[in-house]
Amino acid sequence: MAELSRRLGGPIAALAVAAVAIWLVLLVALPDLLMIDYSLRPNLPPSEIGGPQDVHSLANYAVLWSNKIHLGIFFRTIWASSLVTVITLVVCYPVAFYLAKVAKPSNAALLVLLLIIPFWINEILRTFAWYIVLAYNGPLNRVLTGLGIMARPIRWYGTAGVMVGMVYAYILFMVFPLTNAMESLDRNQIDAARDLGASRWRIHRRIVIPHAKPGIATGCVMTFMLAAGSYAVPSLLGSPSSRWFTEIIYNWFFEGGNWNLGAAYAFLLLLLCIVFIAVMMRLFRVSLADIAR
Amino acid sequence: MTGNRFSAILLRAYLVLFFLYLFVPLAIMGAATFNDSRFPTVMPWQGTTLKWFDALWADGQMWNALGITVVIGLLVVLISVPIGLAAALLLGSLHARARSFLYALMISPLLTPGVIIGISTLVFWRRFDVPGGIGLSVLAQSSYIAAYVMLMVTARLQRFDRSLEEAALDLGASHIQTFRRITLPYLRPALIAAAFIAFLQSFENYNTTLFVRGIRQTLTIYIATKVRTGVTPAVNALGLVLIAVTVVGAAVYEILRRRQLRVDAARASRAAEMEAQMQAGGIPTRTAADELGAGAVPVALMGATGAPEGR
Repeated sequence: MAELSRRLGGPIAALAVAAVAIWLVLLVALPDLLMIDYSLRPNLPPSEIGGPQDVHSLANYAVLWSNKIHLGIFFRTIWASSLVTVITLVVCYPVAFYLAKVAKPSNAALLVLLLIIPFWINEILRTFAWYIVLAYNGPLNRVLTGLGIMARPIRWYGTAGVMVGMVYAYILFMVFPLTNAMESLDRNQIDAARDLGASRWRIHRRIVIPHAKPGIATGCVMTFMLAAGSYAVPSLLGSPSSRWFTEIIYNWFFEGGNWNLGAAYAFLLLLLCIVFIAVMMRLFRVSLADIAR
Repeated sequence: MTGNRFSAILLRAYLVLFFLYLFVPLAIMGAATFNDSRFPTVMPWQGTTLKWFDALWADGQMWNALGITVVIGLLVVLISVPIGLAAALLLGSLHARARSFLYALMISPLLTPGVIIGISTLVFWRRFDVPGGIGLSVLAQSSYIAAYVMLMVTARLQRFDRSLEEAALDLGASHIQTFRRITLPYLRPALIAAAFIAFLQSFENYNTTLFVRGIRQTLTIYIATKVRTGVTPAVNALGLVLIAVTVVGAAVYEILRRRQLRVDAARASRAAEMEAQMQAGGIPTRTAADELGAGAVPVALMGATGAPEGR
């Protein structure tokens, strides 16, 4: 702090500190804390707020525990988001390896640009594109039945549609961290291993993957967080049987009219993401600074 | 060797497939704009038409949503860029432990799902009877977009030669003069890039805005609502226009960013040369006054990298 005012002078330093304080306190910390407080209180009519009924309890969390349908959706969201994360990792790994270690630099720069372009387009439109592709009478079904691969069209909307849409939507968040991590790997290590007779599989398992660990962790954390917290993709590509936890939260707020329950569900979703980040950091031995850069 | 060749071909084929996967859905979405069909699709092709552009142009709801989106975006830039700048300056002057704690707090919104940011903002401001609307959308979006700005400014600040500031102060410039004439011009490319990214982030936002919008409809909300309540190819027309605008924007951004990188690289090598000369032949030390007088701090566009990231 003293360093700051020595550098920038009193007035500018004070302004900077004030701006950061407003941001972190008023826009970040207090809203989160108040959401937790909200989740611990009962849903009361305005006249009874602050009254004898308005006490903290875990009742809202117990609602999720006793509602088997919501609990099922919660666990299915975790499972499906994990699956999305793994599929995205598998799909992106070869691409990242190519960009970082195989392609010529000028080539790689062009490919990166190609890769970025779809991601300048917003998530809703990217998802809408799949909404058209996966429609019952849409191009994918027509091509597959036309080629005789399938006897009759499939209803893609639902779990399959959501998975496809999410993998597509979050590719960039996986490719970039992976590529960044692999770029610093010395090519000589790969060549040396090959010269010594290591198989391709072994080179990846023993050299490339260990080196890319921070990138893998970052990509997985981002993808999982985005998948578990997505509302856009499940609402466009899902079906009643593939409801996402965020949709339940939304309903508590805007259809069920019970914000307190909604806040409790939302906090559980946040907790889930925090636990996931902590597990990945422990598993891959990376720090927070490695993850968000 | 043959095995090697084979796997190289395999990898290349995979890449081709991957990029097809990336672009074919977007191409289909774009093509469906021109299909004379009530539902957006490309099969069967029922004749080529431009009528969906007219339908889009005549849609008052869309214009209204676009207006609200732009207003929110500009306000987000106005709030998040100064905050992000202040945060980067603050981080740059802190020592290890305080720095890493504050850094973790600052990037936490980036690791929070967008819906949570919307919900916590909505719940918090309800205490003060502020309902959802443009104001809350701006605050909720700024709370995480400021973190992107902070990261972009920090990236440029790390390459900043602090002795320039010190020298200006030693030569009698006031703090405010130093900030305005040295620090701010140096950071300008990063600030412009950050403002650009902040606007784009706001423009794209869906998950956060969904909760804090009140009765306002932004463009992403408009698209999602249309898709669920009766979609026509007019939405594709909108998508196509947005794609065209963003691709041109992305290209301009990349070109300017690369130009800035070249300028920086050239400056760095010039500085290295001067240093070498100084050591070799006693050319007088370059002073910050020279820098000031020459106005040498580059004011070209674009600094730190910033891939667009949606939530």
